[in-house]
Amino acid sequence: MDSIISAASVIAAGLSIGLAAIGPGIGQGNAAGQAVEGIARQPEAESKIRGTLLLSLAFMEALTIYGLVVALALLFANPFNS
Amino acid sequence: MYPEIFYSNTFSLLAEVEVGKHFYWNIKGFLVHGQVFVVIWFVFLILLIFSLLGTTNTDRIPHSWQNFMEAAVDFVTDIAKDQLGESFYKDWIPFIGTLFFFIFGCNWAGAVIPWKLIELPQGELAAPTNDINTTVALAFLTSFAYFYAGLSKKGLGYFKRYVSPLPLLLPINILEDFTKPLSLSFRLFGNVLADELTVSVLTSLVPLVVPLPIMLLGLFAGSVQALIFSTLAAAYIIEALE
Repeated sequence: MDSIISAASVIAAGLSIGLAAIGPGIGQGNAAGQAVEGIARQPEAESKIRGTLLLSLAFMEALTIYGLVVALALLFANPFNS
Repeated sequence: MYPEIFYSNTFSLLAEVEVGKHFYWNIKGFLVHGQVFVVIWFVFLILLIFSLLGTTNTDRIPHSWQNFMEAAVDFVTDIAKDQLGESFYKDWIPFIGTLFFFIFGCNWAGAVIPWKLIELPQGELAAPTNDINTTVALAFLTSFAYFYAGLSKKGLGYFKRYVSPLPLLLPINILEDFTKPLSLSFRLFGNVLADELTVSVLTSLVPLVVPLPIMLLGLFAGSVQALIFSTLAAAYIIEALE
């Protein structure tokens, strides 16, 4: 395989997972912060808040996972790898 | 593509990072991924044994296995009921429940059982959900299910939802039918594969103790992904029904 292509693929894989982690990171931080605030205000609603929080965290996690799938495709199933 | 050291001894001794290598079976000209089938049959077997244990010797007052299985069924009933509401949920418990138990079984089978002890000529046994074909099949099943739900309830009037609220939104509404299975399958596939990769990379770096918390996290993530897949399937179905 061409060394330029492998170098580009490795850099692109790193960038794709790194950039894909920024947005969900901010989002998850916001969600967790709001959940803590909610629990502090209403401790009796903790179990309900926790369930919803986990579900929405997993949705945000999925966005990073898309970046990871792209990175893995570049590393292990590169379409330009002739 | 990679320098030789990438596939060094530690990798092959402890945990191989084998993405894109499969144990092929040739069935009448179709190449299938054998390692996925073996683990899927194993999961089927486990689920069958559990349901048989839960349904033989049923009593008025449930005990041991029956008690456990009733709690499990209650759990998936709650998933269906939360999303679909009182009026529809009964018809869809089998579908939602099967999705949940199958994905949960697959994720845990991959994480809990030391498949590494069984040698294969190529590829390795792992969770069936870390193969994109499995998750795409599950996602397409969900697509068929919500089309069936909408068409059987409203007939051809179901297609009215493509031009609502505005005919201008037709392309976006059609696009949604493609992005739903895409995101469902990628989410499950990526999460399970990410867990297994993290564990194997960590194991190759530090073989003892350190990977354990990540493995526990993998178990947790596997159950959350099963919950999310079934919840989303139910949400798509109710969207088609309403």
